[in-house]
Amino acid sequence: MKHRSLALALMAAVLSGPASAETLKIVMESRLGNLDPILSASHQTREHGYLIYDTLFAEDAQGQAQPQMIDEYSVSEDGKTYRFKLREGLAFHDGAPVTAKDAVASIKRWGQRDRMGLAIMKATDSLEAEDDNTFVLKLNTPLGVVIDAFAKPSGVPLFIMPEAAAATPITEAITNYVGSGPFKFVEGEYSPGVKSIYVKNENYKPRSEEPSGMAGGKVAKVDRIERIEIADPLTAVNSLTEGEIDFMQNVPLDLAPLVEGNEAITTAHLDKAGYQYGYRLNFLHPPFDNKLIRQAALYAVGQKEILQAQFGDADNYQACGAIFGCGTTYESDVMADIAIEAQPEKAKALLAEAGYKGETVLLLHVTDNPAMAAVGPVMAQQLRAAGFNVEMQAMDFMTMLSRRASQEAVEKGGWSIFITSWQVPEVSDPVRSYMIVSEGTKGYAGWGDVPAIDQNIQAFLAETDVAKRKEIAAEIQKVVYEEGIYAPLGQSSRLNAWTNGVDGLIPNGPTVFWNVTKSAE
Amino acid sequence: MIFYILRRIVATIPVMGVVALLVFSLLYLAPGDPAVIIAGESASTEQLEKMRKDMGLDQPLPVQFAKWIGKVATGDLGTSLHSGKKVSEMIGARVGPTLSLATVTILLSLILAIPMGILAAWARGRWLDRSLMSIAVLGFSTPVFVVGYVLIFLFSVKAGWFPVQGFTPISENPLRFLRTVTLPAFTLSLAYVALVSRITRSSLLEMLGEDFIRTARAKGASERRVLLRHALRNAAVPILTVAGSAAAFLIGGVVVTESVFNLPGMGRLVVESVLARDYPLIQGLILLLSLVYIGINLLTDILYSVFDPRIRY
Repeated sequence: MKHRSLALALMAAVLSGPASAETLKIVMESRLGNLDPILSASHQTREHGYLIYDTLFAEDAQGQAQPQMIDEYSVSEDGKTYRFKLREGLAFHDGAPVTAKDAVASIKRWGQRDRMGLAIMKATDSLEAEDDNTFVLKLNTPLGVVIDAFAKPSGVPLFIMPEAAAATPITEAITNYVGSGPFKFVEGEYSPGVKSIYVKNENYKPRSEEPSGMAGGKVAKVDRIERIEIADPLTAVNSLTEGEIDFMQNVPLDLAPLVEGNEAITTAHLDKAGYQYGYRLNFLHPPFDNKLIRQAALYAVGQKEILQAQFGDADNYQACGAIFGCGTTYESDVMADIAIEAQPEKAKALLAEAGYKGETVLLLHVTDNPAMAAVGPVMAQQLRAAGFNVEMQAMDFMTMLSRRASQEAVEKGGWSIFITSWQVPEVSDPVRSYMIVSEGTKGYAGWGDVPAIDQNIQAFLAETDVAKRKEIAAEIQKVVYEEGIYAPLGQSSRLNAWTNGVDGLIPNGPTVFWNVTKSAE
Repeated sequence: MIFYILRRIVATIPVMGVVALLVFSLLYLAPGDPAVIIAGESASTEQLEKMRKDMGLDQPLPVQFAKWIGKVATGDLGTSLHSGKKVSEMIGARVGPTLSLATVTILLSLILAIPMGILAAWARGRWLDRSLMSIAVLGFSTPVFVVGYVLIFLFSVKAGWFPVQGFTPISENPLRFLRTVTLPAFTLSLAYVALVSRITRSSLLEMLGEDFIRTARAKGASERRVLLRHALRNAAVPILTVAGSAAAFLIGGVVVTESVFNLPGMGRLVVESVLARDYPLIQGLILLLSLVYIGINLLTDILYSVFDPRIRY
C-alpha cells in the first residue's frame, strides 16, 4: 500500500505542470504581436515594454509625474531649457551602463512617433548629452507639457533603449530587445503567438520610494514571468480556476460569474479609469459635411442605452460626456449632457432645419471586439429613430482601420461613422488625444478642418498653469461638441482576475508586474 | 507504380503554382493593412506610407508576386511582417503539436470507427446497430468547439484528470504528452469516427450481399472470417476514400480544436496570421497545407492498389 502511495505521488509529480512559486504565469487580453513599443502603439506591446524597459519619469497614483530613471532635473526661468541627470548605477541587461546618449537617442526616436513627442520635437532647438549622465533639452518656446509627456504611460511611453537600438528608423521594428527595466526578455524562448518569457533582472537598481501608480520602486519579486497566449477567453478562465495560470488581464463580462464566485480567485478593476468609447463623423461627404446634421447625430445618440446594452450591470460602466475622460485633470462638463441621453426630437428638428435628404449614413460596425460589439446596432437604431437613413456594415477591427482610411464617398467605399476606444490616459488631455484632431484631410480619420482646435492646442502646450490649461481644455470640448467632431460613449474598465497566492498588483492603466509576489497558496 | 507516383508528384507543381497565385490574389484583394496593424491607429499617414514602402507593399501586385514566388522557388518563404522571424522557422515550431494531434486523432478514429462500422453491419437493424449509428450521427452533428468545452468541463474542471490547455512534446515527457493530447484528439476524432464508421457499415453491407460472400459462407467460413477477411478487405476502397478526404477535412477541425485547447499548432497560427494580415506567413501556411492535402490524396491513391490488387496505375 505504501509503495502504491509512493508510486502515485511520483506519478502526480511527473504529470502535474511546474508549480513554481517563483514563476508567474500570466494571460493578457490579446496576443503580443510586435516587440517594438515605440513603433507599435499596441497596449500589449506597451505591457511588454514596461517589463523590460525603464522610463525617465512615471506617473504616480495621483497622476503626477515623478522621476524614475532621472535623479534630478532643472528648468530654466524662461522655461526653455531642461537639464536632466540620470540616476547612478543604471545599467542595461547586457551590463552596459545607461548613458545620457542612450536617453537622447530614445527621446529622438519616440519624438518621431508619439503625438506629444512630435509636439515637443517641433519646439526643440537642441537635445544633446552634456556628459555621461546629463543631457539638455533646449526649446525655442516654453512648453508646459515636457515632464508630463516623458512620464505618460500611453499612447507611446518614452522607453529608454540602448543608443544603437534607438537608432533604428521609426518605420522599422527594433531587433535588439535589451532594456534596463526590472525584467529581462528571454529572446531564445520567445515563440510568437505562444509564449514570451521574462526573468528577473538581478542587477536592476529600483528607486527607494514605495511603488505608486507607474512610479516608485520597481522591485521584481518573482524570478520568472511566463506570458502565455490563450486566444479563447473561456479556456483562459478555466485555466485560471484550475491554477494552470496565475493572472488573467481581462475576464469578459459574460464569463465573470465563473471567477467572481470562486473563493480561490481574486477579482478587481486594476485600471480604474478604464477605456473611453466614442465615435467620429466623416466631414468630407454628405450627410456629415453639414454642421447641423452632425449636431443632429450627436443629439440622436445617447450613451445610456448603448452602455446598458454593451455592459449590462451599471457597476460595469460609467456614463461620461467629458471628452478628456471622467476622473482626469481635464474633465469638463461643458455641453457634456449632449452625449448622455438620446434626444431624438431635438435631432429631428435639426435634421429638418438642415434639409436632410435621406443620404445614407454608413456605420462601420466592429464585431470582433466583445467590448464594442453591441455599440453599433444600438447606435444605428438611435440614429434611425431620429430619422437618419442608416446602413451598418459589420467587419473586424483591423478591416475597420483600413476602411476608415478611405476618403471616398459612401457609395465608393467610404464611410460616415466609426466607433473606437482608447484607454483614458490616451485621451486625457488635448495634446495626446487623437479624437479631437481636426487638421483636414492630412489629419486623423474624420478629417474635420477646424482651426480653432489646433489654436487651442498650441495655447495649451505653451501654458504652464494647470487652472488656465483646464479653461483651454473646456473651450476645446465646447468646439468639439459644437462642430460635431467627436462624442464619447462612456467609460468601462476591464475585470482582472488572479489566484489568491498572487499579491502586490498595482492599480494602473497598463498592467505591470513589478512588486508582484506569488506564494504557493 | 513508381512511375505513377513520380508523375503525380510532378503534377503537384502546377497545382501548387495555381494555389499560390489564388492565395496571393485573394489576400491582397481582401481588406486589411499590415502597416496599420503594426503601428496602430495613431500612426500618421506619412509613417504608414513609409512602412508600406519598407515592407514592399507599395509595389504592383505582379511585382510582389514575382518576388515572392522567386524566393519560394529557392526555399525561402520570407519573413513574418510582425515578429520579424523567418516564416519557415515559425511554421517549423508549430508543426509538432499539429502533427501529434492529427496522428493521435487518426489512430484513435480508425481504432474506434472501423470496429464500430463492422459491429453495426453485423448487427444490422438491431439495437446495437441503431445505437452505434445514433452515436455516429451525434458525433458528426455536434460542433467541435461544443465537444471541446464539454470535455474540458467534465474531465479537466470537474474531474481534474487532464489539463485545460497547453501542450507537452512527446520527446519531453511522454506521459504529459498523452495528458495534453488526449482530450483534443478525442474532440477532433468524433466527427471522423462518425464518418468512417458509417461508410464502413454501408460498404460492408453492400459487400455482404455479394455472391462471393454467399460462396464463402457456403464453404463453411465462420462469420468472423467472412466479415473481416472477405467483406472488409473488399470494402476497403470506399473506406479509404472517405478516410483520406476526412483526413484533409481534419485540417479545418484542427484550427478550432487548437484554439479551444490552446495547442500551439499550425491551426492557431493560421488564425493569428490571418487576423494580423501577416501575408508572408499566411502564404507559407497555405502552401504547406495545400502540399499536405495533395500528399494525403496521393497516399490514398497508392493505398487503393495495396488493398485492391485489381487496381493498377
